[in-house]
Amino acid sequence: MEGETQVISCDVIVIGAGPAGLMAALRAGEAGAGVLLIDREPFTGGQLVKQTHRFFGSKHQYAGTRGFDIAVRITEKIECLKNVKILLEATALGYYEDGVLTVLHEGRMLKFKGKAIVVATGAHERFLPFENNDLPGVYGAGAVQTLMNVYGVLPAKRILMVGAGNIGLIVSYQLVQAGVEVAAIIEAAPRIGGYLVHASKVRRLGVPIMTGYTIKRALGKECVRGAIICKIDENWNPVEGTEIKIEVDAVCLAVGLSSLCELLWQAEVPMVYIPELGGHVPLRNEDMETPVERIYVAGDAAGIEEATSAMLEGELAGINAVSKLGYSVEDYANKRGKILSDLKNLRSGPVGEKIRAGLARLRTLRNGNL
Amino acid sequence: MLDKDGVPTKEELLKQLPSEERLDRGPVVVIECFQEIPCDPCYYSCRRRAIREFADINSIPIVDFERCNGCTLCISSCPGLAIFVVDKTYSEESALVIMPYELLPLPEEGEEVACLDRRGEEVCKGRVVNIRTRKMQDKTAVISVAVPKEMVMEVRNIRVTS
Repeated sequence: MEGETQVISCDVIVIGAGPAGLMAALRAGEAGAGVLLIDREPFTGGQLVKQTHRFFGSKHQYAGTRGFDIAVRITEKIECLKNVKILLEATALGYYEDGVLTVLHEGRMLKFKGKAIVVATGAHERFLPFENNDLPGVYGAGAVQTLMNVYGVLPAKRILMVGAGNIGLIVSYQLVQAGVEVAAIIEAAPRIGGYLVHASKVRRLGVPIMTGYTIKRALGKECVRGAIICKIDENWNPVEGTEIKIEVDAVCLAVGLSSLCELLWQAEVPMVYIPELGGHVPLRNEDMETPVERIYVAGDAAGIEEATSAMLEGELAGINAVSKLGYSVEDYANKRGKILSDLKNLRSGPVGEKIRAGLARLRTLRNGNL
Repeated sequence: MLDKDGVPTKEELLKQLPSEERLDRGPVVVIECFQEIPCDPCYYSCRRRAIREFADINSIPIVDFERCNGCTLCISSCPGLAIFVVDKTYSEESALVIMPYELLPLPEEGEEVACLDRRGEEVCKGRVVNIRTRKMQDKTAVISVAVPKEMVMEVRNIRVTS
């Protein structure tokens, strides 16, 4: 069909089929709503697909299960629901004033309109400024995982990992499993940011972890041949005379994530800057609804956290979106209460401190705003 | 130091270890999990309820070493690969270290391997006496390695050299 395309309507559009989007679509679908779940990739699961390690969290929420298996299990449940349509290789391009969402699919621009929308677009990786950071061979951790774990391509022979958060540690472990030598994991902060069991796991493989170090420059003309790292002081300034040259053919950056929320900006959802949640994040209430009625958020798009909380937020967004549309969610009050208390438990320990601080700020800003 | 380089100090380790007296009585678990993180599969994996019920999901596992018989079921349940079973009664000269292993190729039973400490440095040789790759372990092999008795608290990984 040439020319003007028709606007296709449905109850709920879920944008992004990662952990948050999958759970939102599943829960909305279970209540009987007509759901469209779109993702730009040719597969569902988002980042789950690349997670070859067992998940942490509660036994009752897939802990102990490998990430890629979680993606398959939830997708299979969704595929049993006739009222949920999954559209892959479909990229959401824009959200317009009249509530129309434009989507690029198979070279065509499609238009959709949902009575409610769940934005579960995830995050983008942060970059790091240093000399030669544009050389081929400087990767983000997501790219390294995509090459290795989605396409089976070795990204390097010997690699330097920058960042000892959970992503830096886990990807280092996966690199060793794939046969890549990890020369070192360097971390600018004075302490390892990721879970210490992950750190010990890569350390036992002989990978050094160097806290208080940063990358000064990448070496090489056509591609990465090495890197210069150096110590940094308590004010994050390089300490002269501490440079170390490391021979590597790739540098992997795992220096944090920020919410991917262009669609939310377009929808004029009020955005606030909360460093603890990764930067600019949408205002939203406890039920994951933004101040723009019937636009919900879940997962990293709502603030950087991890996959288990993303799944729980997705569930919340799903049941709330459909109950607002008038569908009855079986045992709604109990389900909602259980999800909220599970989220609270997940975030209750020492490693949840940053998230709790960020969410407290979000709450304060929301109360001033709404 | 654990939070600087991923290697626990002696003091950090001591908090979690079974007593010398218990170690001398036979196989027992050593859980090297020192940080409160939201994770609880080990508790559910123990059929003898030797891992105490968690106050909340962030609790550090606490083991009742009298209840633990070193059955090894918990080893492959741990997403952090932080659980080991040691058996100092294995033979006159050697002890067993039973560990999770997720690299390929797997060693063969009877094979001599390099034994690595918590820094990944080779500290001695050992002999693989058993490899388990049951379906419920979901691709995490559980390998028993015989090591010199005095190395039982040092060896935490192996390198397949063949």
